[in-house]
Amino acid sequence: MAADYAALKKGGFMRQKQKNNFSLRLRVVGGNLTSVQLAKIAEVAEKFGDGHVHMTSRQSVEIPFIKLDDIDEVKAALAEGGVEPGVCGPRVRTVTACQGAAICPSGCIDTYSLAKELDERYFARELPHKFKFGITGCQNNCLKAEENDLGIKGGIKVKWRESDCIGCGVCEKACRTGAVKIEDGKVIVDESKCNFCGRCFKACPTEAWDTIHGYIVSFGGLFGNSINKGEAIIPFIEDKEKLMKICDAAIEFFAENAKAGERFKFTLDRVGKDKFVDKIMEVYNG
Amino acid sequence: MAEIEFEIDDNVDITDVVCPTTFVKAKVALEELDDGQILAVKMNDGEPVQNVPRSIKEEGHKILKLINNEDGTFTLIVKKVGD
Repeated sequence: MAADYAALKKGGFMRQKQKNNFSLRLRVVGGNLTSVQLAKIAEVAEKFGDGHVHMTSRQSVEIPFIKLDDIDEVKAALAEGGVEPGVCGPRVRTVTACQGAAICPSGCIDTYSLAKELDERYFARELPHKFKFGITGCQNNCLKAEENDLGIKGGIKVKWRESDCIGCGVCEKACRTGAVKIEDGKVIVDESKCNFCGRCFKACPTEAWDTIHGYIVSFGGLFGNSINKGEAIIPFIEDKEKLMKICDAAIEFFAENAKAGERFKFTLDRVGKDKFVDKIMEVYNG
Repeated sequence: MAEIEFEIDDNVDITDVVCPTTFVKAKVALEELDDGQILAVKMNDGEPVQNVPRSIKEEGHKILKLINNEDGTFTLIVKKVGD
């Protein structure tokens, strides 16, 4: 019986140059694996592969040199360690994330929780073409949000709280966009210059700022054969419920409008970005 | 936000080093002090003044004031917290 390569690819088995050998892509969320999962992956690579694994460019792990005949046994072995195959092809791919606010001092949002939530909501959903989510915790952009079809960047919206300010002057220097100025003992934030990096708040010795931790969402990023930087429509999204509705709307728009094999950016170009902006604004304001 | 005078216990000049040594040099100077003592850290404008105050805060010390020396340097007044 001929192997069903499409089904295998969907299940994360990537055909290798070497006949009947597959590089098995694993399901990794937000770049995290437990030590139990790692131990199982090592065991499977040793027993069924050639003893090495590959770290993919999007935070997954692949075990190369898996034999066609061993596929079921490999899946069962991995399941013992809580490891599942990942996906490839025209569907929602690995949700990538930096370490975010749970670990990193620079993080403005909990990227890993959000990655898990998006993964549960969309992972492997069938679409006209691949669709990538990436989540980065702050303006340092370690995770390169804008190269994804839908990128999420954490940010902090700030409002100076005079009652707790000791007037040290650190915030004005911590700001890299020239948005924070101190005039006559008052801190003034030029909202048109603020990029929501949160450095004024993070550097402040008394945290004399009221803050809202939120999201900057970009659409239509690509970094393969064609390169395009995803663009934001709404400067700052304050609550997660709205973020989720916007993600739903973007995926829905892609599912309804894209041609097979067409990335989100090209759907937006062909159908008209205005139409998409209208849809997003409707969801955002609704 | 009136000008407040601080009684400085020690000084450190980090204008002669670059990141990450800037923070390390300030941290070492703080380690020499006792809880509640005050250190004046002289640093360059630009990257050091953007980042060093926050790193010192994250170590748990208390920042009291950032003084612009009007010569391309700043002096950060820090109260040591902890032994």
